[in-house]
Amino acid sequence: MESVKTQDVSVNDFPWKIVYHPEICTMCGSCVAACTFNAIEPAMARRSLTVSRKAFPDPVQEHMARPVIRQKSGVLNACVGCGMCEKMCPNAAIFSARNPDSRFPLLARGKGPIKRGGRTNLNAQRTLDSIIVGRISQMTDPSLDSERHTFDIRSPFGRVLQARELPFRVEGNNLVLTEKTPPVHWIYPVIFSDMSIGALSTRAWEALVMATAYLNEKHDMPVRMCSGEGGMPIKLLESEQLKYVILQIASGHFGWNRIIKAMPGMKTDPAGVLIKIGQGAKPGDGGLLPSAKVAPHIQAIRGVPKADLLSPPNHQGLYSIEESVQKMHLSLNAAFGFRVPVAIKCAASATSVSVYNNLLRDPYKICGGFFMDGIQGGTGAANEVSLDHTGHPIVSKLRDCYLAAVAQGLQGQIPLWAGGGMGMTGNAAADVFKMLCLGANGVIMGKILIQLLGCIGNEHGRCNSCSTGKCPTGICTQDPRLVKRLDVDRGAENIVKYMLAFDSELRKLLAPVGNSSLPVGRSDVLVSTDKAVADKLGIQYAC
Amino acid sequence: MCRIGSIKSRTPIHPSMALRLMLPQQEGHDNSGFAMVMQDLTGVFAPYKDKPLLSLVCTDKGKQIASDYMDRTGFVQVFQWKPDMDLRPGLMIAAMPSYVFRNYDYPESMRKASREALEELLLDTRLALRNLLEKDENGFVYSFWPDVLTLKEIGDPTDIAVCFRLWDDDGSLMAKNIVSQCRQNTNYAIVRYAAHPFFLQGYTLCANGENTFYTRNTEFQKSLHKSYIGFESDSQNFLYTLHYVLHELKWPIKYYKHVITPLPFVEAEKRADKRELSLIRESLAHLEINGPNTIIGLLPEGQMITCCDSKKLRPAVVGGDDEMVAVTSEVCGLNSILPNRDASRDIYPHEREMVVIDNDLAVRRWNQ
Repeated sequence: MESVKTQDVSVNDFPWKIVYHPEICTMCGSCVAACTFNAIEPAMARRSLTVSRKAFPDPVQEHMARPVIRQKSGVLNACVGCGMCEKMCPNAAIFSARNPDSRFPLLARGKGPIKRGGRTNLNAQRTLDSIIVGRISQMTDPSLDSERHTFDIRSPFGRVLQARELPFRVEGNNLVLTEKTPPVHWIYPVIFSDMSIGALSTRAWEALVMATAYLNEKHDMPVRMCSGEGGMPIKLLESEQLKYVILQIASGHFGWNRIIKAMPGMKTDPAGVLIKIGQGAKPGDGGLLPSAKVAPHIQAIRGVPKADLLSPPNHQGLYSIEESVQKMHLSLNAAFGFRVPVAIKCAASATSVSVYNNLLRDPYKICGGFFMDGIQGGTGAANEVSLDHTGHPIVSKLRDCYLAAVAQGLQGQIPLWAGGGMGMTGNAAADVFKMLCLGANGVIMGKILIQLLGCIGNEHGRCNSCSTGKCPTGICTQDPRLVKRLDVDRGAENIVKYMLAFDSELRKLLAPVGNSSLPVGRSDVLVSTDKAVADKLGIQYAC
Repeated sequence: MCRIGSIKSRTPIHPSMALRLMLPQQEGHDNSGFAMVMQDLTGVFAPYKDKPLLSLVCTDKGKQIASDYMDRTGFVQVFQWKPDMDLRPGLMIAAMPSYVFRNYDYPESMRKASREALEELLLDTRLALRNLLEKDENGFVYSFWPDVLTLKEIGDPTDIAVCFRLWDDDGSLMAKNIVSQCRQNTNYAIVRYAAHPFFLQGYTLCANGENTFYTRNTEFQKSLHKSYIGFESDSQNFLYTLHYVLHELKWPIKYYKHVITPLPFVEAEKRADKRELSLIRESLAHLEINGPNTIIGLLPEGQMITCCDSKKLRPAVVGGDDEMVAVTSEVCGLNSILPNRDASRDIYPHEREMVVIDNDLAVRRWNQ
């Protein structure tokens, strides 16, 4: 015991322990090669073995040095449970198992605050799972047929005017538009949420763009994708497919020098501009791209040297909502000739209703969407304390904002787009449908997309290593060797297939409630088996 | 499903005509009431066509409350018609103690007021009376408008007609337009205000169906106009939207259909007026209806309209001859009152169609 101190770190302090079967291991080395975290290594171990060396059985017990695979015990090499070793092993000789007695949260802070990616690991409660679509059309009003009837699955993105404000002139039996109105696009009620080139590998980001374009061009699903804060390749900026992309501007303005320079060469307008004020995973905190991920091509796109890229927690030039509306919204609207909706994204917060009210009452009528991101939203990098302990559940906050608009008769004027944990349990269509009924015009989804690409991270502490540059799936890394692990075409195909299933499932929910267009605000459709949830959201309690 | 019906006639007709339109459609039906709105009146009300007519059912106390209010606000009663009710035992009717049909002259101070101001005054008066009478259910005020009479009662429609002597065809109660319905609300509690047709500032509407966007319609309408209240029935949403589009926004009639059942995006995108249609859909998304419905409306100038939901889930038929055109849920009703019409010219409006019957009985129809 003298040679080992109790403070020494060992593998049983870690959240994941390697379970290894040396008797079936062939020492091919695949697991070690696959482990991007350097958590396992080949080693020699003294083993007691029963061997038989003759032509007939003659078992003998021997001690000998044998090559084995061993888990490393350094905190920096802690296994994250990604499972790549198990995936690669031809003999099923190794896997990682969750260690319920982990002391890792204590040990890891010896290197400073824990930084990681993923989403909150503490607040995985699922309000949406206590809500059921409980009002089914039968007899008095018939259900529709999800296969036979047509459905209008479109949501507005852009600033909507009140009917009284529409610049119409009556000419005979017709209304004629006499002035320009704010741009509003009717798009699919799902926006692929803002994950930047940098946070994602260029190829993973490319897979998202491919899936987006495919859904638009082959399946008539006008899904839009938000670029994230990090710019875009010039080639895409100058392509026709730009019309599917919402450009994001955040407090670091990363990538905007290139975007602005590319504007004269743009063949089409982007789908919109999203001003990111905050995100649900780390509200009140700025963007973070660790230098480990700032590869040369990222430096080129963003126009920065290799360093930690920190977006400030707020937009430095803005000191109020009014100012943000005047400065950022107006200038970004002006940049694209007032042809492109400009929306804003905030982290859900106890103050969200105030922010929404301010935007609703803005005299310029210039905000084209209020995006709210709940605590269960994902991120590529954040302090764990932010991920786990700051933020606001999205469901009730969405409802609060919608009802605040209802109270003023302003519902729908600034479309509400909400997200953060959508599809966390795998069924995004159900989540989206419920959010629509509670007042969302559409939802934003991010994490589920990279999970469709192959990300194995989850909200139970698995992997969550997007910040390290060592993403074992090649999605959240800029290391070209790791990126090669990702099959871009298959990734894009997975997203397309999922969205097609999503679309069918959405119809399967619309049809039984007798709706052929989106039931935004149709809270009468929902019941909750949780009385507190029912009371908070103003829906029926059922048991 | 409610059965609804309306008749527009060149010459005034008795309410019995509306009953004969409706009663064949009552099979399998709970026959729980009778309600009608008559417009362009003759008979006892003929001399008072320009004097607003109050249609009220109430208790004696309610009658006093209403009279006091009208006196206080300067309205001058110029005529009263009291139905000679047959209250023989055995009739299925939940009659109220008093039925008040009174024509008033406008208060002195308002006699030179604009049409808009008078319309506001009549509306405010009706809403104030409703508010005063609501307590203890002292009364129900259905309409207060020139040349419009509303009668609603709970019970068997045949018995209600007996009670009000509507079968007698004695010439006292006649009109060129009648919109009627023979049932109380079946989805929710039976409340007199929930029985269609509903009336608001010259607009009458009844609907058969289920508005599955009731909640979002209602939440939006509550802030659109002071008179959009009650919401005892999901069909009131249709009336309020009709009133909002035509009376408040002053848009042409064809846009009513575009508001309640917007064209699918793929169709709207091909239209020359796609920008206008998109703006309408954006701004009035919360007035869109869903679910199975047929709507019959009567406009202030006398045009009768009908249209259906976007999937055509409920029936409606329009038929007539040179003297009379009727709109109703089932063709057996038409066969009852117009047996000799040319049935091959009957119109069964489809999901995109809007039908308008003008005062000269010309039937116009178009696709939205």
